[in-house]
Amino acid sequence: METVRRVISVVVLNEAQVLARVSGLFAGRGYNIETLTVAPIPETDLSHMTIVTRGNQRVIEQITKQLHKLIPTLKVIEHSEMVEKEMVLVKFPIEEKLSDIQALCAAYNGGIVNVGENMVIAMAADEPVRIKHFITATKRYNPIEIVRSGVVAMER
Amino acid sequence: MKMSGAQMIIEAIIAEGVTKVFGYPGGAIMNVYDEIYKQNDFEHILTRHEQAAVHAADGYARASGDVGVAMVTSGPGFTNAVTGLATAYTDSVPLVVISGQVPLSLIGTDGFQEVDAVGISRACTKHNYLVHDIAELPRILKEAFYIARSGRPGPVLVDVPKDITGEIAEFVYPSDVHLPTYKPNYKGNDRQIKKAAEAILKAKKPLLYLGGGVVLSNATDVVRRLAEISQMPAVETLMARGVMGADNPLLMGMLGMHGNYASNMAMSETDLVISLGARFDDRVTGKLSEFAKYADVIHVDIDPANIAKLVDVDYPIVGDINIVVEKLIGHLEERIKPERYQVWRDILKRYDELHPLTYHDSDEVIKPQWVIERIGEKVGADAVITSDVGQHQMWAAQFYPFDRPRQWINSGGLGTMGYGFPAAIGAQVACPDKHVINITGDGSILMNVQELVTASENKLPVINVILNNHFLGMVRQWQTFFYDKRYAETDLSYQPNWKLLAEACGGAGYDVTTKAEFDAALDAALEGGKVTFINVAVDRLENVLPMVPAGGALYNMLLEHKES
Repeated sequence: METVRRVISVVVLNEAQVLARVSGLFAGRGYNIETLTVAPIPETDLSHMTIVTRGNQRVIEQITKQLHKLIPTLKVIEHSEMVEKEMVLVKFPIEEKLSDIQALCAAYNGGIVNVGENMVIAMAADEPVRIKHFITATKRYNPIEIVRSGVVAMER
Repeated sequence: MKMSGAQMIIEAIIAEGVTKVFGYPGGAIMNVYDEIYKQNDFEHILTRHEQAAVHAADGYARASGDVGVAMVTSGPGFTNAVTGLATAYTDSVPLVVISGQVPLSLIGTDGFQEVDAVGISRACTKHNYLVHDIAELPRILKEAFYIARSGRPGPVLVDVPKDITGEIAEFVYPSDVHLPTYKPNYKGNDRQIKKAAEAILKAKKPLLYLGGGVVLSNATDVVRRLAEISQMPAVETLMARGVMGADNPLLMGMLGMHGNYASNMAMSETDLVISLGARFDDRVTGKLSEFAKYADVIHVDIDPANIAKLVDVDYPIVGDINIVVEKLIGHLEERIKPERYQVWRDILKRYDELHPLTYHDSDEVIKPQWVIERIGEKVGADAVITSDVGQHQMWAAQFYPFDRPRQWINSGGLGTMGYGFPAAIGAQVACPDKHVINITGDGSILMNVQELVTASENKLPVINVILNNHFLGMVRQWQTFFYDKRYAETDLSYQPNWKLLAEACGGAGYDVTTKAEFDAALDAALEGGKVTFINVAVDRLENVLPMVPAGGALYNMLLEHKES
């Protein structure tokens, strides 16, 4: 069976252990996690997790079922029609051309967010594929550090 | 009413109708044991090892159908209990295990007897809790019992820090649970059930594939009725022995690695598998691509994750077997024609005549299979049979005439050696009027042999029949077949004196080398009212057959019993 990339959204109770239950499930059953993001859903006792994983159709189906089986899981959304966004922070030396960096970031919904004595930090927020392109494009400005957020997604 | 956390635990146990608790005290759980001392509503049975406490609660749960309760202390008390949790988890046994934990203020400091119990048990419990605040303790206890017994049952651990058991707070035991994230589906999808009924009507060679879920959901009657009205043949997994009844002509036997010829051929040739509470374990299926190759599959299971996990399923039905099969019968009753499957039944009957499940008996040496049959003749449906893991387990599953569910108790999924004796203790507590016989081996029995003391102290007359081949028999069998007879560390010739060992702990012991001696020993044990070891010297090199080599196709069985 063909391996596919899938974005899975999981709504869970925001309680102790819940992240360990989810990540432990992936580790224990040998599923792959490409990215995992988690944050509370405002004004509820719930959290939203977005997991990007890979596997064949049977594995993806098992992942969603096993996630659902966890007692604190409210719902699992596995959909190919997801709006996906990812954010990235990149640190550049102050000597680089700041206007070029600013223009580059602007093309990826971002900009320079912090300027220090020796460095600047820029950000971009876009679809995961475009974030990859952005990172490739930053190479020519000698990035010192790159931190990606992982994917967040919402069903269309 | 205001009370301590320890008292809350006692009150919850009483409120849940629990009458027996198995356990072992220690520092972090002492507040709770102090309250156990003060009460008279339930009996606490002190095992001599935490692993045995959990297995005993598990045996109690399987024999009675109720939730089993065990109690252990923190650290090593808890880690000893882990094998018990994993055993119950794999076989979906409802347990609530309460463990002590170091005080909240010490958690994370590597305190004395501190271990991350919820971290360790996460993968082998249905759910677990670390209590952070006494205010949540009543709710957690209520949820623990509810989660353990509902849906697909399983063990739930409640880890309670010592300061919480000592703290005083208001206690109101909730009358029901509020779990919006946990709602098992019992009903089954009506459209799928109807489609499944149509598939049964169209099939020529349908086969009921019965798993432990039938036992767990107490669905034996309705499943027997489905078989009766349709006259469809049935095969049982290791966990479903007793569902159809030993003399039921529709029962082909047990399928899988040590299944009989007719059962495995039935699965290989069927055109419609009707799986009820079974999970297509690798010991059942053999090579997956060859398993039920010509069949469509109806899969009824309470756990959606079991469905289509290993094989493609044409009619997935999530629900309780009682409800789903009742609805199936509703669709079929008026329309099904049992004679439609006559040819199929005849084929399977011929298969069974061609290669019946059998062994070559001997007058010189006791054959282990003979022992099992003999026990069946003596006590049959009256006894509860437990087993450990290995050859003796398979022989018991093959040759004992199981007539009812919950009569056969063994660690099928995890395969835990040392399970049988403590489970028998739990079963004896649940069924004081029945004979409880643990069929075990000279390897397995030593893994919880200290429970002789528990059984003696509590006057639990569990009979342990040790099929003694002076080998770790099943591993030895694999070494014979697949490792060129290199018997690495499987020779158990150095043995204790079994009779004296049993006697030293207040039980009775018999060494048996002939059939007559076995009969005499079993009679004496059944009458004796004491925990007993019957040490039976059996044919050392007897193999469990038929055998499907691991990963092989189910229809490729090693069949022949060679005359020795």
